[in-house]
Amino acid sequence: MSLLTGVGARPVGAPGSDKAERRDRRRWLPYLLLLPGAAWLFLFFVVPTIQLGATSLYDPSGSVTAGYAMTWEFSNYPDAIAYAWPQILRSFSYAAIATVIGIVIGYPLAYAIAQKAGRWKNLLLVCVVAPMFTSFLVRTLAWKTILSDNGWLVGFLRDIGLLGDDGRLLATPAAVILGLTYNFLPFLVLPLYASLERLDYRLIEAAGDLYASPTRTFFKVTLPLSMPGLVAGTLLFFIPAVGDYINAALLGNTNTNMVGNVVNSAFLSRQEPPQGAALSFLLMAIILAIVFAYVRRSGTDEVV
Amino acid sequence: MTTPETGDLRITNVTKRFGEFTAVDDLTLTVPQGAFFALLGASGCGKTTTLRMVAGLEEPTTGEIRLGDRDITRLRPYQRPVNTVFQSYALFPHLDVFENVAFGLRRRKQREVKGQVDQMLDLVQLGGFGKRRPAELSGGQQQRVALARALINHPQVLLLDEPLGALDLKLRRQMQIELKRIQTEVGITFVHVTHDQEEAMTMADTVAVMNAGKIEQLGRPAEIYEYPATAFVANFLGQSNLLAGEAAGQQGSDVLVGAYEQRFAVPAARSRTQRGPVFLGVRPEKLALVAAGAAVPAGHQSVAGVVTDSSYVGVSTQYLVRTGWGTELAVFAPNGGDAAQLAVGSEVTAHWNPQHAFLLERAPGEGDQTTPLLDSPDTVVGVGS
Amino acid sequence: MRRWFADHWVMTVGLMVLLYLFLPIAVVAGLSFNRPSNRLSYDFNAFTTDNWTNLCGPADLCDAVGRSAWIGLLATVFATILGTLMAFALARHKFRGRSLTNLLIFLPMATPELVMGTSLLALFTAGGLQLGFVTILIAHIMFCVSFVVVTVKARLAGMDARLEEAAMDLYATPFQTFRRITLPLVLPGIVAAALLAFSLSFDDFIITNFNSGNTVTFPMYVWGANQRGIPPQVNVIGTAMFAIALLLVLATNVRRRRGARVA
Repeated sequence: MSLLTGVGARPVGAPGSDKAERRDRRRWLPYLLLLPGAAWLFLFFVVPTIQLGATSLYDPSGSVTAGYAMTWEFSNYPDAIAYAWPQILRSFSYAAIATVIGIVIGYPLAYAIAQKAGRWKNLLLVCVVAPMFTSFLVRTLAWKTILSDNGWLVGFLRDIGLLGDDGRLLATPAAVILGLTYNFLPFLVLPLYASLERLDYRLIEAAGDLYASPTRTFFKVTLPLSMPGLVAGTLLFFIPAVGDYINAALLGNTNTNMVGNVVNSAFLSRQEPPQGAALSFLLMAIILAIVFAYVRRSGTDEVV
Repeated sequence: MTTPETGDLRITNVTKRFGEFTAVDDLTLTVPQGAFFALLGASGCGKTTTLRMVAGLEEPTTGEIRLGDRDITRLRPYQRPVNTVFQSYALFPHLDVFENVAFGLRRRKQREVKGQVDQMLDLVQLGGFGKRRPAELSGGQQQRVALARALINHPQVLLLDEPLGALDLKLRRQMQIELKRIQTEVGITFVHVTHDQEEAMTMADTVAVMNAGKIEQLGRPAEIYEYPATAFVANFLGQSNLLAGEAAGQQGSDVLVGAYEQRFAVPAARSRTQRGPVFLGVRPEKLALVAAGAAVPAGHQSVAGVVTDSSYVGVSTQYLVRTGWGTELAVFAPNGGDAAQLAVGSEVTAHWNPQHAFLLERAPGEGDQTTPLLDSPDTVVGVGS
Repeated sequence: MRRWFADHWVMTVGLMVLLYLFLPIAVVAGLSFNRPSNRLSYDFNAFTTDNWTNLCGPADLCDAVGRSAWIGLLATVFATILGTLMAFALARHKFRGRSLTNLLIFLPMATPELVMGTSLLALFTAGGLQLGFVTILIAHIMFCVSFVVVTVKARLAGMDARLEEAAMDLYATPFQTFRRITLPLVLPGIVAAALLAFSLSFDDFIITNFNSGNTVTFPMYVWGANQRGIPPQVNVIGTAMFAIALLLVLATNVRRRRGARVA
């Protein structure tokens, strides 16, 4: 364990081979520390991703029991897109809408905690995380109860005329988007909070002193300074939202299925792994492209 | 330099490079046992690196460090009889004051820990603070814990890295006196790194002024102040008016200097060089002013000029005097009670006793160097154009 | 009035958003005391504490919870060890390949669970590995490691390196320095990382769903039960998880605050 202290790993005393030996040990030490974890990530993250790519090129005419032949079947991709393009589009549009709603409601929350909460800051922060202590599925099922046709919310909306007499919330795109927003909101609020917390309130006062209206102050001072947190937060929100299929499965209907639902059924019920792998791989490629474009555009490299 | 005694700290030809950057450049230095030694320099001059090499926290690229007759160059920090008071103290936040001070004793498996710690806490006037956490103490108290934590191990050398840097002015004065008292009491060699020239001069019996990895001058504070070795020292330690001139060699006991079509003489004993480009240096408080045309004391040398700024600071009045060639000299006139204030615009003669001047080497092409009055930007009226 | 609104609207909106976040929790807690009128009804019918006292009533529920806890514990131990070692390497050493390592740690956090779950399934199928407890554990360790590294690294980065130098200067050997200074100071970070890893593992559904075979964890149980009708005891588990975690967090917060006041 003594190997863990960096300052300790310095060459010592006697000249010659002993010193060289110590130098050597110091050079190898970080690799030794990294080895188990990096090997694990390589074996069970990198290799599987490569295998996923391989699976996406298997001959789709095989079967799980008979096995699949590697035939470099690039046509799996156009086929998969032709099969699932509505779900792909839905995944990205639902996730995008949820992200925008998340920013609209998450920003005031993060700002309120960071700049207005005073001594209640820590407690409110715990309150943001606390809902995640309950199981993801249990929370989503609770929304199913809240949004159900004979629940109080639907009744209330029908009474005030926002919903027609046979209007419903459950099994609609709105319910799925609401579920996505709900489940991933803390991932957006926390980094945003971290950015806003570092923001010196005197800068906002200075802007006001220099004749900027509150709106101008927000767009010229607050928003730019919170950009790193906003970028990190939207990514942490958007990425899992695109890949999610639980909200669509529990709160939606077959017309709100997202790409995850298709991938899930391809692997687990329809037994078409090449198609599922192709969609999954495609999803990853699109997300990576979006992430890099987004990070570059917003000029923040601090996301990692 | 001195005959090696058992406890002298001797640094010989030590160089430390970080990649391309040379932090300490072929440094040779002896700190006699029991000395209060200050390494003075601006940040980045290599003084802290030197200290860390003595502590064992950095390893010299080349060279040798000896403590008495023992080579400690490549010993690990925990193998050396040297302890450090770190900048901003580095007290262990999870241990109380008692355990912080006892840390070194416990690592060396000493007995009688409690008695020694209590005694040491009394020495630094922190008796009864043992159960407190470092964060509960004021800056001055933390500083004393750091000192106690190092001193309790009776090191042969105690290293202090800007130990008073984090304290406010009043507390710093108090701690300067305190540190001197403790050093006299325990008789351990103190090596003190600081960028504060006043702190170095007040506390240390020997000061080494460092610049760019090298020692510019080493000596007693008064020696260095009265007869600096280089232009850097002349301006880093207090203020100086340095006039660019050419020395024309020795005549009698003086060296003759020509500058701005005037001739000056500086005692050979106060000249670092006798020929070639030189700085003629006079400290501002060694300059006196008389109205133009009035008599200058016999044997004094002088320059004519116009008062461009006058700041009354109580103990003295600090003037800027613009010479005929445009350089502004700083002049401190002591408040003796009888001298009248000179108005801005008065034509004056600034004069000095040649015994107070000094002659330094100058790189060809370098112009006059004067220190702006009071270090405050709004009193600087176009220094030496 | 306008002034009050201008000053307080942000806080008002913030609190309303918090209310939105807590709404389902209130529903879960409420339903945990519900005696449902029939198996597929989730409406509040009548108050009862039966669900709390008869927690293991529904077949397999407690088995699933126990299995999740066990997997969570093992995954936490392994991921915390692997991640902490990596965090030390990254925070305390210079070495070639640092940015590649950072990328390797960052990518699993930036990849949708769907992709990781299917990738592992593709690997396990290709490798002919039997899906079950072991494959779940492998997957959980994998996605927890990155979060551990990030958490511990942050704590290490926030630690003053001079404290370790001071310890060495005061005659502590490298081992003693680690044992007396580094470890106590980094421990809160390691504990936080372990708690995070456990909660991630315990709650994971998507990756587990692809790699569990016939092994049923708690989220898998809930997913399966959704088709047949959720027993109200599931809400008891949900409420209890919430309460336990909240108490843990509040307790550490109070302790830290007390420490801060003393400090």
